Amino acid sequence: MRVLVAMSGGVDSSVAAALMKADGHEVIGATLKMWQGPSGEAPTAGCCTVSDSEDARRVAAQLDIPYYVLDYTEHFRTGVIDRFVSDYRHGRTPNPCVECNRTVKFSRLLEQSAAFGCDLLVTGHYSRVANVDGRHQLLRGKDRNKDQSYVLAMLGQRELARVRFPVGDLEKAQTRELAVGLGLRTAGKPDSQDICFVGKDHYSNFLRKAEPSTVAPGPILDMAGQVLGSHQGVAGFTIGQRRGVGVALGERRYVVEVRPETSTVVVGDRSDLEVEAVRLTEVTWVDFPLTNGESIEVQYRAHGTAVPALWDNGTLLFDAAQIAVAPGQTAALYRGDRVLGSGIIEAA
Amino acid sequence: MIYLDHAATTPLRPQAAEAMEPFLRDRFGNTSGSHDVSRRAKNVLEEAREQVAGILGASPSEVIFTGGGTEADNLALKGAALPNRGGVVTVATEHEAVLETGHFLERMGSKVDIIGVDRHGIVDLAQLEKAVGRHTAVVSVMTINNETGTEQPIDRVVETVKRSNPRTLVHTDAVQAFSSLNLSVDELGVDLLSLAAHKFGGPQGVGLLYARSGINLEPVMHGGGQEFGRRSGTHNVAGVAGMAAAMVAAAADRDRFRREVGEARQAFEAKLSDRIERTVPESISAPQHSHLRLGVENETLLVRLDRLGVAASAGSACQSGATTVSHVLSAMGLSKEQARHSMRFTFGWTSTTAEAERAAELVIQALEGRS
Repeated sequence: MRVLVAMSGGVDSSVAAALMKADGHEVIGATLKMWQGPSGEAPTAGCCTVSDSEDARRVAAQLDIPYYVLDYTEHFRTGVIDRFVSDYRHGRTPNPCVECNRTVKFSRLLEQSAAFGCDLLVTGHYSRVANVDGRHQLLRGKDRNKDQSYVLAMLGQRELARVRFPVGDLEKAQTRELAVGLGLRTAGKPDSQDICFVGKDHYSNFLRKAEPSTVAPGPILDMAGQVLGSHQGVAGFTIGQRRGVGVALGERRYVVEVRPETSTVVVGDRSDLEVEAVRLTEVTWVDFPLTNGESIEVQYRAHGTAVPALWDNGTLLFDAAQIAVAPGQTAALYRGDRVLGSGIIEAA
Repeated sequence: MIYLDHAATTPLRPQAAEAMEPFLRDRFGNTSGSHDVSRRAKNVLEEAREQVAGILGASPSEVIFTGGGTEADNLALKGAALPNRGGVVTVATEHEAVLETGHFLERMGSKVDIIGVDRHGIVDLAQLEKAVGRHTAVVSVMTINNETGTEQPIDRVVETVKRSNPRTLVHTDAVQAFSSLNLSVDELGVDLLSLAAHKFGGPQGVGLLYARSGINLEPVMHGGGQEFGRRSGTHNVAGVAGMAAAMVAAAADRDRFRREVGEARQAFEAKLSDRIERTVPESISAPQHSHLRLGVENETLLVRLDRLGVAASAGSACQSGATTVSHVLSAMGLSKEQARHSMRFTFGWTSTTAEAERAAELVIQALEGRS
């Protein structure tokens, strides 16, 4: 088969490309140019820096596969950055990596890979696709510490039929060993942790530049509506956050609510963060929709653990109250290792 | 592999390779020195300068060897504008080597005007006339556009500029022009002219700036005072020898080039006639340039063509290799959609009609998704 490997310049996608090549496929490598700053500056962190694409290019040369840089700046801006900014402006906590997968990698790039004559799109995600009785299942990666099924939970049958995640069957350490064995220059490269267009900076600095309205100062209130202090802009706050609330009080305070329309941040104690249920929007299914009353597990943060809940017509009823469930975040729905679907948390 | 990206770079002519060979081996001398090894290098350099000057209709002291076309453009604009912070007038479709130098000079305090073009990329002479004033040090208009192949009416540009201000210098970036046009500096009437060797069969990394005698040109490279103090740095003797040999060969080959390479390009377009739209009419385009709009996005088409063994371009590729909507096409008023469907096929001294027809068949395959 002819396959397109999305190469970020990291070790995982490098090994993914090598594994596909070793399996005898005709491999084409591509790096997506996702973002550049207002003066054309390249990102400095995450998965799309200039030096990363240079690494990807060199790995492709080493594997002797053709390699292209594809311009995705416009799709990335409209699909990911605009939503990132708009979510924070509306007091929500976005998940740009999920949006990138939804609107860029597994939509436009998937289409483009077909236009290149490729049968499959391959990435270096730690997740697995299984084919059971002609239906495609999306499973957690074998390495549970590296599992990335959360950011892929929006994929459906149409996408899963045309994607492969070759490193999903490996432990990260095995991936690195393979890379060392193949002499890939990316073998020892540290994992990227940051949001690619934000980098090492705090995201509020990015927002300050991108959307100054998110940084209007305003009051910090307690649950009773009493003013406790002030803040420099709602964009810096996420539900459940404790750090940087900036009010000197005897007890620990958490951000409980963000009201962007009045630039107000409400703080409370831990019990004020508890939610029993959340409503989801933009619900997607890997295969079949759930029926009301089904028991599932829900992961509502990229690095969280899954907790039991009941599905009730777009609402998740947690078995035990949860804290710090932030609107805007993706809820990935699981049964064991299997991803069932996803949704975006609308309101707690 | 069918190579149709000659505007990016074209194969080395055998005469150039042969001329360079000795200087890559035993004739290694530095031109600045007082011994025999050095003298021999210096002699070759000055012979090359005479040859090159002869071809351009210039005198040898008017030829400054540089490290390529970009450096020649930098020297022309900075050299002319920096001494008195004089004004610069240039065109929206120029190569980045000119436009970015213009932006730099603007930051240094020069007044910089960017003139618009019509939908075929021809400079607006009325706008040009208005923009040139008492303080305009230099006007820069390229001879043939690297992306679209548009040929600017340089003689009329010179006439227009000199009418507004006889002391304003006219520079032309002729990097794409040497293979197909007889570049006599007096016939063109320009004061400054840039060339890059690798566009006409010489090696990469060497070029020249013609600067009419008497021009006060501030150097960009400071140092040991080579090139009449206008471009310091140890000479690239092999490169200059290769460039001169390529120039001699390309000038002698020019009539054939115009005829045969033009025919190859026409044969290519003829086979595709019902699937393409030319960006620039043939009458004002370089004969080797085929800038076209096709029915598939250029990013996709480039990958498919690469798979099929055809090397083409979506315009001028940026460093990363990503294709972006070019400033040239925007300036000509093409929509983003049109720009995304534009491709550049450029033919060169090695192109043949048979090869061009085969390439057209492969383009049809790529358009139909059979790669």
